[in-house]
Amino acid sequence: MGFYLAQLLTGLANASSLFLIACGLSIIFGVTRIVNFAHGSFYMLGAYLSYTLVTHLSALGALGFWGGVLVSALLVGVIGLLVEVLILRRIYRAPELFQLVATFGILLIIEDAALAIWGAQDLLGPRAPGLSKAVRILGEPIPQYDLALIVIGPVVLGLIWLIFHRTRWGVLVRAATQDREMVGALGVNQALLFSSAFFLGSVMAGLGGALQIPREAVNLNMDLSVIGDAFVVVVIGGMGSVTGAFIAAVLISVLNAFAVLVFPQISLVLPFIVMALVLVVRPYGLLGKPGSEKGAPADPEAPLRPLNPAGRLAMGAVVVILALVPLVSADFTMILLVDVLIAVLFAASLHFIMGTGGMISFGHAAYFGVGAYAAALVVKWLGLSMVPAMIVAPVASGLAALVFGWFCVRLSGVYLGMLTLAAAQIVWGVTFQWQDVTGGDDGIIGVWPAKWASSETAYFYLALVLCAGGVWLLRRAAHAPFGYMLRGIRDSEIRAEAIGVDTRFHQWMAFTFAGTLAGLAGVVSAFAKGSVFPDVLNISSSIDALIMVLLGGIHTLLGPLLGASVFVLIESWVTRLEYWRFIFGLIILGVVLIAPDGLAGALSRLLAFLKARIRPGTDTKKEALHGQRS
Amino acid sequence: MMKRRTLLTSMAALGAVGALPARLLAQGATIKIGDINSYTALPAFTEPYKKGWTLAMEDINAKGGVLGKQLEVISRDDTGDPSTAIRIAEELVSKDGVAMLFGTYLSNIGLAVSDFAKQKEVFFLASEPLTDAIIWSSGNKYTYRLRPATYTQSSMLAEQAAKLDVTKWATVAPNYAYGKDAVAAFKTALKKLKPEVEFVEEQWPPVFKIDAGATVRALEAAKPEAIYNVTFGADLAKFVREGSLRGLFDDRSVVSLLTGEPEYLDPLGDECPDGWIVTGYPGTDIKTPEHEAFAKAYIDRWGEDPKTGSVVGYNSLLAAATAMEKAGSTDTDAMLAAMDELHVKAPTGEFYFRAADHQSTMGAWVGKTALVDGKPKMIDWSYEDGADFLPSEEEAAKLRPAS
Amino acid sequence: MGNVLEVRSLSKSFGGIRAVRDVSFDLKRGEFLALIGPNGAGKTTCFNMLNGYLRPDTGSVKLLGRELVGIPPRKVWRMGVGRTFQITETFRSMTVLENVQMALISHNRRIFDLFSKATALYRDEALKLLELIGMAAQADRPCAELAYGDLKQLELAIALAHDPDLLLMDEPTAGMAPNERIALMQLTADIVARGHVSVIFTEHDMDVVFAHSHRILVLNRGELIAEGTGDEIRANALVQEVYLGGGSLFHEKETAHA
Repeated sequence: MGFYLAQLLTGLANASSLFLIACGLSIIFGVTRIVNFAHGSFYMLGAYLSYTLVTHLSALGALGFWGGVLVSALLVGVIGLLVEVLILRRIYRAPELFQLVATFGILLIIEDAALAIWGAQDLLGPRAPGLSKAVRILGEPIPQYDLALIVIGPVVLGLIWLIFHRTRWGVLVRAATQDREMVGALGVNQALLFSSAFFLGSVMAGLGGALQIPREAVNLNMDLSVIGDAFVVVVIGGMGSVTGAFIAAVLISVLNAFAVLVFPQISLVLPFIVMALVLVVRPYGLLGKPGSEKGAPADPEAPLRPLNPAGRLAMGAVVVILALVPLVSADFTMILLVDVLIAVLFAASLHFIMGTGGMISFGHAAYFGVGAYAAALVVKWLGLSMVPAMIVAPVASGLAALVFGWFCVRLSGVYLGMLTLAAAQIVWGVTFQWQDVTGGDDGIIGVWPAKWASSETAYFYLALVLCAGGVWLLRRAAHAPFGYMLRGIRDSEIRAEAIGVDTRFHQWMAFTFAGTLAGLAGVVSAFAKGSVFPDVLNISSSIDALIMVLLGGIHTLLGPLLGASVFVLIESWVTRLEYWRFIFGLIILGVVLIAPDGLAGALSRLLAFLKARIRPGTDTKKEALHGQRS
Repeated sequence: MMKRRTLLTSMAALGAVGALPARLLAQGATIKIGDINSYTALPAFTEPYKKGWTLAMEDINAKGGVLGKQLEVISRDDTGDPSTAIRIAEELVSKDGVAMLFGTYLSNIGLAVSDFAKQKEVFFLASEPLTDAIIWSSGNKYTYRLRPATYTQSSMLAEQAAKLDVTKWATVAPNYAYGKDAVAAFKTALKKLKPEVEFVEEQWPPVFKIDAGATVRALEAAKPEAIYNVTFGADLAKFVREGSLRGLFDDRSVVSLLTGEPEYLDPLGDECPDGWIVTGYPGTDIKTPEHEAFAKAYIDRWGEDPKTGSVVGYNSLLAAATAMEKAGSTDTDAMLAAMDELHVKAPTGEFYFRAADHQSTMGAWVGKTALVDGKPKMIDWSYEDGADFLPSEEEAAKLRPAS
Repeated sequence: MGNVLEVRSLSKSFGGIRAVRDVSFDLKRGEFLALIGPNGAGKTTCFNMLNGYLRPDTGSVKLLGRELVGIPPRKVWRMGVGRTFQITETFRSMTVLENVQMALISHNRRIFDLFSKATALYRDEALKLLELIGMAAQADRPCAELAYGDLKQLELAIALAHDPDLLLMDEPTAGMAPNERIALMQLTADIVARGHVSVIFTEHDMDVVFAHSHRILVLNRGELIAEGTGDEIRANALVQEVYLGGGSLFHEKETAHA
């Protein structure tokens, strides 16, 4: 009996930690609709700051500790506020999710800044004065600090509840969470509301991090290790619902505490399994309301136009120039270009569902990875050669997308995105664990191309044909009735249904189609690298593709092509430098601020501007709006 | 603040060394060597490593270099991603024209680069990856591994564990290949030495995401007499904290892999557990003349004590240079031929590369953890030669693929 | 020729509140039928049961003898029922013409075509439909730029694309300027006058209702309380009772709610 109680208390203590970080994320999303990747970084900063403060104030005893924790939380709040005012505020009108790119840049910057300031070594902070021991409850030792955390979680929940229900500010926050468009209509000072919500959310993240000091060593992995779980908690609870986040945190932590007794390996994917189950049953999370998944209202996209002759010429020229590269260039350039081609196809396939289809995916790497693994597995276990493997792979990824897509298209907005992420994480978990078949973490090696394609030049041409072909197919589909109707469903599901379209089925097929082509990118990658590892399936792989699409500009078909090329080329260049993440983060922020409509948008503005210079009298602004060639 | 300044200066210095000699020596003939490691993904382990090989490079070059030429290391960050590592390897080989590759920390990146080396017929000295697949199940002609195998270190610990008067064991290891290999090797070795042992509980927390409270509770519930721990880094700190608070380690023996390495031991500070049997590196406590000279040079150069990574980094480049001298050229086949039975006189003692499985016999230190003057240390340690714990060369050869 | 639509004993409750009670009526081919009633009378509920968005608790809806109850909206559409929305629903990222083309593409079951150029399909037919409603000049404008009245008209063109037997128009003139209302309803009346399509519409603007409808159904509290021509309805005491408690409201214009 005592044993199970102790296990429950352990779970509850973890739940409090998880809740603190998740509730900040939920508040920020609820009000501003920003998917804040930097939230984990704020959490980490809170831990580092409080390590420094608490260590310096250790002479003051309990006052020093709790004072240090609170001051760190507030400092993180101020940092969050600066981020909001200096960067995010400028891009609220950008297309949905674009702010996510900025927060990704901030995450990179904070990672390197923390490394420079606090060093690479893990830092073990002091324990909380007066709470550094364990007490016996029913004979089981329970750390006093765990008991403190169990109290702190609900207290914070109570305070937030009071703020939300007893203050005008809180009422506005709730209104904004439920109906994003209402806020503008209410005549509320939106900037102030957003800034204050971001401040509060960041304080909570900082507090969550600061309170971890007595439990774990502060380290540079804290940001990424927490952000996934925090999102899961927010989504299970319902985006924007603080109470929901609390229930979800308790659910996950307590389940985990007991699950490790029975099936220790489960921790790896448990949160994602719970999330998937909850979302299948409740599409808006436990306490989320319909509408909470929708992003900020965005300007409608301009109609798709076929490329004008000049554009078609330019595209053709790019392909021809690429085809001529091997004549003039060294092997390495081709290797880099193969990586660019793979990224372009991968991003274009994601764009098909995200841009054209309006379906957010945080887990597109699943299909890339299934393609890569399918190829590697048939090579390893069936001894097939490259060409059959290249046929099997897209079929396998298409099937995977068919299965997961069936569940995913039932949801929308960020919930849909998170369910795709759960699917990807589950695939990753299986691949990672199933050592006998997939090699687990050691992956599958020896997946090299057939003899005729093994030279850099030959493989480059093969990759060029497959990737350019895949991109062509995606573009063709986007201009065809299939893609048009997909866009139609994105614009208005009601209208699509009213002209006889089975919208779910159509989206499902689009998801499968995009998954198939992601698998094609995956197999090209597998043979280019000669090996496949679970890394191709993990979150950061999905996020990279997401950043490419958003950075390029989600509203044009050209966007993912530009975004992927620029992303891979910059990354390949910048990683040569010391503190490259800092520099890369700055570059991303620069691009975000200069081109809130993405690279493609900036390019078309530039072209329109140049055109106006050459042919005075053209209305540049109008050109930019309507001349968006795709 | 002090800490910050020294760190920044040393980082700046680090940046400078990478670049300066290259430019200064560009006119003269140099031998270029490519280094790939997870510098941003795992700085805690790779920074000392970089400092180690930098020191070796400077030492070697000061003594006239190799084959009359200066060594130039082109160092790149793999960002923790195997596919990026492959691209970098390709660039180092085909663009920079490096004579060989060395480095990598993560097992999967080590394996990816090793397979790349096989495909492109390049000599690759895997410095740090712990996975044993790299020498055995996925071993190849072009890849040699320096650091003692997971198998080796687990066997060293099993030998100590067999001496303990306990039979009920529990294990806790990160849930990925390294953790699984380490547990499997330990179990096999211990059962061989002491057939009556039983393993009553296994915990597999996700790497760097341990739920320490729940894990500790689950271990406690099984009431083992001893625990074999493979967690490291931030997981280890959490595990130690929760474990000591909840009395998990009271009256229990703990055997712990790598925990004696300063990278993992130092952060524990005054919470360093007492009397754990560990593998690791006792640093400046090693009083052999070779090691003292190395430690002094390292401290003079970087202003801090050497860590395990420093030794691995130093020995890697030293082994590469020794191989080139023996081969008399930087031709791949000549270097590969030289690697077999190549003896390297390292600051940590002499070791050699086995011809059968390309594993070095570099050993590890086995001892106990203790707090000495408020600082975590390894005590009662002894150096165990890797050669004594590896399977015989005939056995090892059978573990490798036929080709 | 018999009835296009036969509605029998349609009922629907929401959590104990009976929104529609036992509504029955017929519709002839080429008939222009108005469904009116005060707010909350059950017009929209009734409408949504006709086009498949809501499933009635009891009753039947037969289109040319085929049962519509239990069939999802998209299939109801395929069986020959077009509709327009109270608040317009169009594809905002497409041009006016493309919006009509999409309906035609769907009607011809080509939405899974991966290769043809969507903008080149059924262009002439789509243009003809736009000409019919007088929007040909705006064919290539992005839908997002259109005035609200134009969107309403566009919806009419979309709804006619598959040559339906029945057209359901939910408050077709809501949110439009008075002169636009007259134009739109005149246009609809002209289309009805060709004799193929039958129309049911709900409406607040009584001028519109009396000016164009052939027959009027009056709903109150979910029940059909009157049925007849404009004159009959005007004269109906019960209807007058319901609207403004016996006053003669029918000369007063209700302002359309936006």
